[in-house]
Amino acid sequence: MNGLDYLVLLGVLVGIAAYGMWATRGRGDLRSYLKGGNTHWLTIGLSVMATQASAITFLSTPGQGYESGLGFVQNYFGAPLALILIAAVFLPIYRKLNVYTAYEYLGRRFDRKTRLLGAGLFLIQRGLGAGITIYAPAIVLSTVMGWRLDATIVCSGLLVVAYTVSGGSPAVNLTQKYQIGVIFIGMIAAFFVLLSKLPAGLGLGDALAVAGGFHKLEAVDFSLNPDRRYTVWSGVLGGMFLALSYFGTDQSQVQRYLSGASLRESRLGLMFNAVFKIPMQFCILLLGALVFVFYQFERPPVFFNQAAWHQAAGHGAGERLRALEADFNAAHAEKQRHVQAWLAARHAGDTAAAATERAAALAANARTEAARTGTRAVLKAADPQALTNDSDYVFVTFILGYLPHGLIGLLVAVFFAATFSSKAGELNALGSTTVVDLYRHVVRRDATDAHYVAASKWFTALWGFFAIGFALFCNLAENLIQATNIIGSIFYGVVLGLFLTAFFLRRIGGTAAFWGAVAAQALVFALYATLSISYLWYNVIGCGACMLLGAIIQALPGVARPADTPAAA
Amino acid sequence: MKPPPPADDEATGLPGLRRWRSVYLVVAGIFLVWVVLLAVLTESYS
Repeated sequence: MNGLDYLVLLGVLVGIAAYGMWATRGRGDLRSYLKGGNTHWLTIGLSVMATQASAITFLSTPGQGYESGLGFVQNYFGAPLALILIAAVFLPIYRKLNVYTAYEYLGRRFDRKTRLLGAGLFLIQRGLGAGITIYAPAIVLSTVMGWRLDATIVCSGLLVVAYTVSGGSPAVNLTQKYQIGVIFIGMIAAFFVLLSKLPAGLGLGDALAVAGGFHKLEAVDFSLNPDRRYTVWSGVLGGMFLALSYFGTDQSQVQRYLSGASLRESRLGLMFNAVFKIPMQFCILLLGALVFVFYQFERPPVFFNQAAWHQAAGHGAGERLRALEADFNAAHAEKQRHVQAWLAARHAGDTAAAATERAAALAANARTEAARTGTRAVLKAADPQALTNDSDYVFVTFILGYLPHGLIGLLVAVFFAATFSSKAGELNALGSTTVVDLYRHVVRRDATDAHYVAASKWFTALWGFFAIGFALFCNLAENLIQATNIIGSIFYGVVLGLFLTAFFLRRIGGTAAFWGAVAAQALVFALYATLSISYLWYNVIGCGACMLLGAIIQALPGVARPADTPAAA
Repeated sequence: MKPPPPADDEATGLPGLRRWRSVYLVVAGIFLVWVVLLAVLTESYS
């Protein structure tokens, strides 16, 4: 990065943050600070999208497209159906009750302790997740750029804390709109630069043919085989379950669409996401698949995390790593020749020769993959703590190596903008839930609006500092997306179970729902400690156990029925 | 005289889609179109 890149990077990030603070200054009352309350559907739609799409989306997803192709898009197949259900069922109830947080609804429907339980589970889960949100891009970008990790975390964390505390929900919505705009512009620019960098005469059709030839365009899989990682069925069922939990009960999302000027604005904001979520993820994955095509004509590094490679090479593993690199380079050169011959045969209409050359290219590709696998093994042997998944580094390596200056700064700004947008949504929700569901509800019930606004600012800042501290001092050796998903899956299922019980099991009262949720959460913890099943299953187990145990407890003699449950705050 | 819309179901304000049920059907239809297009892409380049 040169001076122009840093100018673009800082100009975009500080400019958007400063504008958000300036445009939302003087919001003194609690309603406008926490809700905004007058937001247009497009702003809501972009804000919901920006909250979900963190930097990991734009760093990791192209890497996923590069490594495994488009199949990951199926994970989002459940989202449109979940968003329809939320717009039709969840949203009217939230708006009718005029709640600030989703957990207020649990208080109205059940009782005080169930509301506190729902809020508490959210605060634990999202509070830990907020640290990972800020750490994940910082570790990748600091490694690649040579920046200090702690400085990257602190500087980016403090900027987002500043405008989130200053402007509250309106500032979050407003800045997210511009941040997602920057993200779209940056990603579209990267797409066209990538196409322009392909060899002369290689059009989009040829690029797709090459990607398809290496099985990168297998977007859907209707197989019923449970061993397949991504299928239409797991995407629709599992994805719907996850999206229902996340969009329907996670305050960081609920707060975004409750800011709508009306039910219509909120619903249209959700429908915007239901329509555009899949194509957005598809385009990001396709970008990764096209980066793969690009690297068929340009030699990529054997391992994209070059800092880790050089570190291991300097500590005794250099000879083996360089031997593997030589194998990789030789196999890649052979693959390149076969790909060019394959395209020439394809243009000439010689299908037999094209098939032969494609098979040879695939065989050479297998040898490059073998060299990469060997490299990972050597890196792991040199440092057992080393992260050997380099897919997060694929896209940023391409950006730094091949994009013009200025655009590099814009793309790095994209990663930070995505961090800020999801981080701000999380902090805003954490502050709101702490004040509305804990502080105002338990500690100080009769204070003025100004007092609660000040408390919201303090709690938002405290959560921000906690997240920065967590990112600084917690050694996150696990895969980052996986760490986020594990934390989410452990808590999401039970929280969703509480909400589904509230909406659909009308005969279950507060006491049964509360103890059913507590028992279900204990069950999830116990299973997580003893079993080695996929963490996604904890969403299903937690939700199902919460509803089932609530129903069983309700059937016990002497348990208060809904009509007997005291009116909750 | 037309009956007023139910309080919890504001008008959609979208041309040709007066009821939210219609909006949801259109969105679900768009989802199916995406799946079909992705299936065609998969089939074309596999």
